[in-house]
Amino acid sequence: MIYEVFRQEKKGAAFAHAGSVSAPNMTFAEAFAHEQYGRRQESEALWVVPREAIREVHDFPDELHRTYHRVDGYSLKEKLRLARERAGTAADR
Amino acid sequence: MNAQELLQIADDELILGWRDSEWTGIAPSLEEDVAFSSIAQNEIGHARALYELVSRELGTDADSLAFDRHPSEYRCAALVEQRRMDWAHAIARHFLYETADEIRLAALKQSDDGAVAGLAAKMDREEVYHRLHARMWNDRLQAEPRYEDALVELWPYALGVLAPNQRTALAKRVGREEVDAIERNGHSDELLELREEMTMVRRSVPGATW
Repeated sequence: MIYEVFRQEKKGAAFAHAGSVSAPNMTFAEAFAHEQYGRRQESEALWVVPREAIREVHDFPDELHRTYHRVDGYSLKEKLRLARERAGTAADR
Repeated sequence: MNAQELLQIADDELILGWRDSEWTGIAPSLEEDVAFSSIAQNEIGHARALYELVSRELGTDADSLAFDRHPSEYRCAALVEQRRMDWAHAIARHFLYETADEIRLAALKQSDDGAVAGLAAKMDREEVYHRLHARMWNDRLQAEPRYEDALVELWPYALGVLAPNQRTALAKRVGREEVDAIERNGHSDELLELREEMTMVRRSVPGATW
Protein backbone atom coordinates (compact mmCIF):
# COMPACT_ATOMS: atom_id res chain seq x y z
CA MET A 1 0.00 0.00 0.00
CA ILE A 2 1.13 3.50 -0.78
CA TYR A 3 0.48 6.30 1.68
CA GLU A 4 0.89 9.93 0.74
CA VAL A 5 2.50 12.16 3.35
CA PHE A 6 1.83 15.85 3.82
CA ARG A 7 4.09 17.93 6.00
CA GLN A 8 3.45 21.05 8.03
CA GLU A 9 6.63 22.98 8.52
CA LYS A 10 5.46 25.45 11.16
CA LYS A 11 2.39 25.74 13.36
CA GLY A 12 -0.39 27.36 11.35
CA ALA A 13 1.29 26.78 7.97
CA ALA A 14 -0.48 24.89 5.20
CA PHE A 15 0.34 21.22 4.82
CA ALA A 16 2.26 20.49 1.64
CA HIS A 17 2.87 17.19 -0.09
CA ALA A 18 6.17 15.77 1.13
CA GLY A 19 6.31 12.40 -0.59
CA SER A 20 5.02 8.90 -0.05
CA VAL A 21 5.83 5.77 1.92
CA SER A 22 5.13 2.16 1.11
CA ALA A 23 3.75 0.29 4.13
CA PRO A 24 1.61 -2.78 4.87
CA ASN A 25 -0.88 -0.85 7.01
CA MET A 26 -1.60 2.52 8.62
CA THR A 27 0.41 1.77 11.79
CA PHE A 28 3.52 1.09 9.73
CA ALA A 29 2.78 4.06 7.50
CA GLU A 30 2.63 6.42 10.47
CA ALA A 31 5.82 5.04 11.95
CA PHE A 32 7.65 5.24 8.62
CA ALA A 33 6.39 8.77 7.94
CA HIS A 34 7.42 9.81 11.45
CA GLU A 35 11.03 8.78 10.81
CA GLN A 36 11.17 9.73 7.13
CA TYR A 37 9.79 13.25 7.45
CA GLY A 38 10.24 14.09 11.13
CA ARG A 39 13.50 12.78 12.47
CA ARG A 40 15.39 16.00 11.72
CA GLN A 41 12.84 18.25 13.42
CA GLU A 42 11.77 19.45 9.98
CA SER A 43 8.05 19.01 10.64
CA GLU A 44 5.49 20.33 13.06
CA ALA A 45 2.91 17.72 12.04
CA LEU A 46 2.20 15.21 9.28
CA TRP A 47 -0.90 13.99 7.49
CA VAL A 48 -0.68 10.38 6.34
CA VAL A 49 -3.31 9.40 3.78
CA PRO A 50 -3.87 6.14 1.87
CA ARG A 51 -3.37 6.95 -1.80
CA GLU A 52 -6.80 5.46 -2.66
CA ALA A 53 -8.43 8.09 -0.45
CA ILE A 54 -7.17 10.79 -2.76
CA ARG A 55 -9.34 11.66 -5.77
CA GLU A 56 -7.66 13.30 -8.68
CA VAL A 57 -9.54 15.91 -10.71
CA HIS A 58 -7.66 16.85 -13.84
CA ASP A 59 -9.86 17.78 -16.80
CA PHE A 60 -10.40 21.51 -17.17
CA PRO A 61 -11.69 22.23 -20.70
CA ASP A 62 -11.64 25.84 -21.88
CA GLU A 63 -12.58 25.43 -25.52
CA LEU A 64 -14.00 28.95 -25.86
CA HIS A 65 -11.18 30.72 -23.99
CA ARG A 66 -13.46 32.39 -21.48
CA THR A 67 -10.84 34.61 -19.95
CA TYR A 68 -13.50 36.35 -17.86
CA HIS A 69 -13.31 33.35 -15.50
CA ARG A 70 -9.95 34.59 -14.40
CA VAL A 71 -9.62 36.94 -11.44
CA ASP A 72 -7.52 39.44 -13.36
CA GLY A 73 -10.68 40.28 -15.34
CA TYR A 74 -12.08 42.27 -12.44
CA SER A 75 -10.99 45.15 -10.32
CA LEU A 76 -12.39 43.82 -7.10
CA LYS A 77 -10.63 46.42 -4.99
CA GLU A 78 -12.82 49.25 -6.24
CA LYS A 79 -15.99 47.18 -5.92
CA LEU A 80 -15.05 46.23 -2.36
CA ARG A 81 -14.33 49.86 -1.44
CA LEU A 82 -17.77 50.93 -2.61
CA ALA A 83 -19.47 48.06 -0.78
CA ARG A 84 -17.69 48.99 2.44
CA GLU A 85 -18.73 52.61 2.01
CA ARG A 86 -22.35 51.52 1.70
CA ALA A 87 -22.04 49.31 4.76
CA GLY A 88 -20.37 52.11 6.72
CA THR A 89 -17.30 49.97 7.51
CA ALA A 90 -14.87 51.77 5.23
CA ALA A 91 -13.46 54.27 7.72
CA ASP A 92 -10.53 52.33 9.15
CA ARG A 93 -9.26 50.98 5.87
CA MET B 1 22.99 6.74 41.09
CA ASN B 2 25.91 4.41 40.79
CA ALA B 3 28.22 5.23 37.86
CA GLN B 4 28.62 1.53 36.99
CA GLU B 5 24.86 1.10 36.65
CA LEU B 6 24.65 4.08 34.30
CA LEU B 7 27.57 2.70 32.31
CA GLN B 8 25.67 -0.56 31.83
CA ILE B 9 22.82 1.33 30.22
CA ALA B 10 25.14 3.55 28.19
CA ASP B 11 27.05 0.52 26.90
CA ASP B 12 23.80 -1.28 26.03
CA GLU B 13 22.60 1.71 24.03
CA LEU B 14 25.93 2.22 22.25
CA ILE B 15 26.38 -1.42 21.27
CA LEU B 16 22.74 -1.97 20.29
CA GLY B 17 22.81 1.28 18.30
CA TRP B 18 25.86 -0.04 16.49
CA ARG B 19 24.31 -3.45 15.87
CA ASP B 20 21.06 -1.96 14.56
CA SER B 21 23.03 0.35 12.27
CA GLU B 22 24.45 -2.76 10.58
CA TRP B 23 21.08 -2.92 8.79
CA THR B 24 21.56 0.48 7.18
CA GLY B 25 21.32 0.00 3.43
CA ILE B 26 20.07 -3.60 3.62
CA ALA B 27 16.87 -3.47 5.72
CA PRO B 28 13.77 -5.15 4.21
CA SER B 29 12.48 -1.93 2.63
CA LEU B 30 13.69 1.60 2.05
CA GLU B 31 11.23 2.95 4.62
CA GLU B 32 12.36 0.43 7.21
CA ASP B 33 15.95 1.25 6.41
CA VAL B 34 15.37 4.89 7.30
CA ALA B 35 13.33 4.03 10.40
CA PHE B 36 15.73 1.44 11.83
CA SER B 37 18.76 3.61 11.10
CA SER B 38 17.09 6.56 12.78
CA ILE B 39 16.38 4.43 15.85
CA ALA B 40 20.00 3.27 15.87
CA GLN B 41 21.17 6.88 15.81
CA ASN B 42 18.85 7.73 18.69
CA GLU B 43 20.28 4.90 20.78
CA ILE B 44 23.81 6.15 20.17
CA GLY B 45 22.66 9.66 21.12
CA HIS B 46 21.32 8.26 24.39
CA ALA B 47 24.61 6.49 25.01
CA ARG B 48 26.46 9.73 24.48
CA ALA B 49 24.25 11.66 26.93
CA LEU B 50 24.69 8.93 29.55
CA TYR B 51 28.47 8.79 29.04
CA GLU B 52 28.62 12.56 29.48
CA LEU B 53 26.71 12.33 32.73
CA VAL B 54 28.99 9.57 34.05
CA SER B 55 32.15 11.23 32.76
CA ARG B 56 31.59 14.27 34.99
CA GLU B 57 31.60 11.99 37.99
CA LEU B 58 34.61 9.99 36.82
CA GLY B 59 36.61 12.99 35.59
CA THR B 60 36.89 11.84 31.98
CA ASP B 61 34.87 12.46 28.79
CA ALA B 62 32.23 10.66 26.78
CA ASP B 63 34.52 9.57 23.93
CA SER B 64 37.05 8.07 26.34
CA LEU B 65 34.34 6.06 28.01
CA ALA B 66 32.88 4.92 24.70
CA PHE B 67 36.13 4.05 22.95
CA ASP B 68 39.14 3.89 25.24
CA ARG B 69 38.17 1.39 27.89
CA HIS B 70 39.61 -2.10 27.86
CA PRO B 71 37.15 -4.55 26.26
CA SER B 72 36.74 -6.30 29.61
CA GLU B 73 35.52 -3.02 31.14
CA TYR B 74 32.47 -2.78 28.89
CA ARG B 75 29.32 -3.46 30.89
CA CYS B 76 26.89 -4.22 28.05
CA ALA B 77 24.47 -7.14 28.18
CA ALA B 78 25.02 -10.27 26.07
CA LEU B 79 21.74 -9.53 24.26
CA VAL B 80 23.11 -6.47 22.47
CA GLU B 81 26.56 -7.88 21.69
CA GLN B 82 25.40 -10.50 19.24
CA ARG B 83 25.65 -9.84 15.56
CA ARG B 84 22.25 -11.01 14.33
CA MET B 85 21.86 -10.43 10.63
CA ASP B 86 18.49 -12.01 10.07
CA TRP B 87 15.43 -9.85 10.45
CA ALA B 88 13.53 -12.20 12.80
CA HIS B 89 16.35 -12.00 15.35
CA ALA B 90 16.91 -8.28 14.84
CA ILE B 91 13.24 -7.56 15.55
CA ALA B 92 12.99 -10.09 18.39
CA ARG B 93 15.95 -8.41 20.06
CA HIS B 94 14.56 -4.94 19.37
CA PHE B 95 11.17 -5.87 20.86
CA LEU B 96 12.63 -7.57 23.96
CA TYR B 97 15.16 -4.79 24.52
CA GLU B 98 12.69 -1.94 24.17
CA THR B 99 10.26 -3.64 26.55
CA ALA B 100 13.04 -4.15 29.11
CA ASP B 101 14.32 -0.62 28.57
CA GLU B 102 10.88 0.81 29.35
CA ILE B 103 10.96 -0.88 32.78
CA ARG B 104 14.50 0.32 33.42
CA LEU B 105 13.74 3.90 32.34
CA ALA B 106 10.63 4.05 34.52
CA ALA B 107 12.84 3.23 37.52
CA LEU B 108 15.49 5.78 36.46
CA LYS B 109 12.85 8.51 36.17
CA GLN B 110 12.22 8.00 39.91
CA SER B 111 15.90 8.51 40.75
CA ASP B 112 16.79 10.88 43.62
CA ASP B 113 19.52 12.26 41.37
CA GLY B 114 17.81 15.05 39.42
CA ALA B 115 20.24 14.88 36.49
CA VAL B 116 19.63 11.15 36.07
CA ALA B 117 15.85 11.45 36.39
CA GLY B 118 15.81 14.36 33.93
CA LEU B 119 17.87 12.54 31.31
CA ALA B 120 15.75 9.39 31.72
CA ALA B 121 12.61 11.44 31.05
CA LYS B 122 14.16 12.94 27.90
CA MET B 123 15.27 9.54 26.64
CA ASP B 124 11.86 8.08 27.32
CA ARG B 125 10.22 10.73 25.11
CA GLU B 126 12.17 9.28 22.15
CA GLU B 127 11.87 5.68 23.27
CA VAL B 128 8.09 5.97 22.91
CA TYR B 129 8.63 5.80 19.13
CA HIS B 130 11.09 2.94 19.40
CA ARG B 131 8.47 0.99 21.35
CA LEU B 132 5.77 1.78 18.80
CA HIS B 133 8.07 0.56 16.07
CA ALA B 134 9.01 -2.59 18.00
CA ARG B 135 5.39 -3.42 18.82
CA MET B 136 4.09 -3.00 15.29
CA TRP B 137 6.74 -5.41 14.03
CA ASN B 138 6.09 -7.80 16.92
CA ASP B 139 2.37 -7.83 16.05
CA ARG B 140 3.12 -8.40 12.42
CA LEU B 141 5.62 -11.24 12.87
CA GLN B 142 3.91 -12.95 15.79
CA ALA B 143 2.52 -15.83 13.73
CA GLU B 144 5.86 -16.53 12.05
CA PRO B 145 7.62 -19.60 13.50
CA ARG B 146 11.03 -18.07 12.78
CA TYR B 147 10.14 -15.04 14.86
CA GLU B 148 8.87 -17.12 17.78
CA ASP B 149 12.06 -19.23 17.65
CA ALA B 150 14.11 -16.04 17.81
CA LEU B 151 12.14 -14.78 20.83
CA VAL B 152 12.62 -18.10 22.63
CA GLU B 153 16.33 -18.11 21.88
CA LEU B 154 16.91 -14.51 23.00
CA TRP B 155 14.64 -14.55 26.04
CA PRO B 156 17.29 -15.54 28.66
CA TYR B 157 19.53 -12.82 27.22
CA ALA B 158 16.75 -10.24 27.47
CA LEU B 159 16.27 -11.00 31.17
CA GLY B 160 19.97 -10.26 31.67
CA VAL B 161 19.43 -6.66 30.53
CA LEU B 162 17.58 -5.89 33.76
CA ALA B 163 18.46 -6.03 37.43
CA PRO B 164 17.10 -9.19 39.13
CA ASN B 165 14.30 -7.27 40.87
CA GLN B 166 12.96 -5.99 37.52
CA ARG B 167 12.83 -9.31 35.67
CA THR B 168 9.44 -10.51 36.86
CA ALA B 169 7.90 -7.34 35.44
CA LEU B 170 9.50 -8.05 32.07
CA ALA B 171 8.27 -11.66 32.05
CA LYS B 172 4.76 -10.46 32.79
CA ARG B 173 4.89 -7.79 30.13
CA VAL B 174 6.00 -10.09 27.31
CA GLY B 175 3.93 -13.05 28.58
CA ARG B 176 6.81 -15.48 29.09
CA GLU B 177 7.96 -17.73 31.92
CA GLU B 178 10.91 -16.34 33.83
CA VAL B 179 13.99 -18.49 33.19
CA ASP B 180 17.64 -18.23 34.28
CA ALA B 181 19.02 -15.01 32.90
CA ILE B 182 22.28 -14.73 31.00
CA GLU B 183 24.14 -12.23 33.14
CA ARG B 184 26.52 -9.44 32.25
CA ASN B 185 29.80 -11.22 32.78
CA GLY B 186 32.42 -11.80 30.18
CA HIS B 187 32.11 -10.87 26.55
CA SER B 188 31.85 -12.75 23.30
CA ASP B 189 34.36 -12.57 20.48
CA GLU B 190 31.67 -10.73 18.55
CA LEU B 191 31.96 -7.76 20.91
CA LEU B 192 35.74 -7.72 20.50
CA GLU B 193 35.35 -7.60 16.72
CA LEU B 194 32.79 -4.83 17.00
CA ARG B 195 35.04 -2.84 19.30
CA GLU B 196 37.94 -3.17 16.85
CA GLU B 197 35.76 -1.71 14.13
CA MET B 198 34.18 0.93 16.35
CA THR B 199 37.50 2.30 17.58
CA MET B 200 39.39 2.02 14.29
CA VAL B 201 39.41 5.72 13.47
CA ARG B 202 40.15 6.79 17.01
CA ARG B 203 43.08 4.38 17.30
CA SER B 204 44.52 5.40 13.93
CA VAL B 205 44.79 9.09 14.90
CA PRO B 206 44.70 9.38 18.70
CA GLY B 207 43.31 12.69 19.90
CA ALA B 208 42.00 13.75 16.49
CA THR B 209 38.98 16.04 16.43
CA TRP B 210 36.63 16.97 13.59
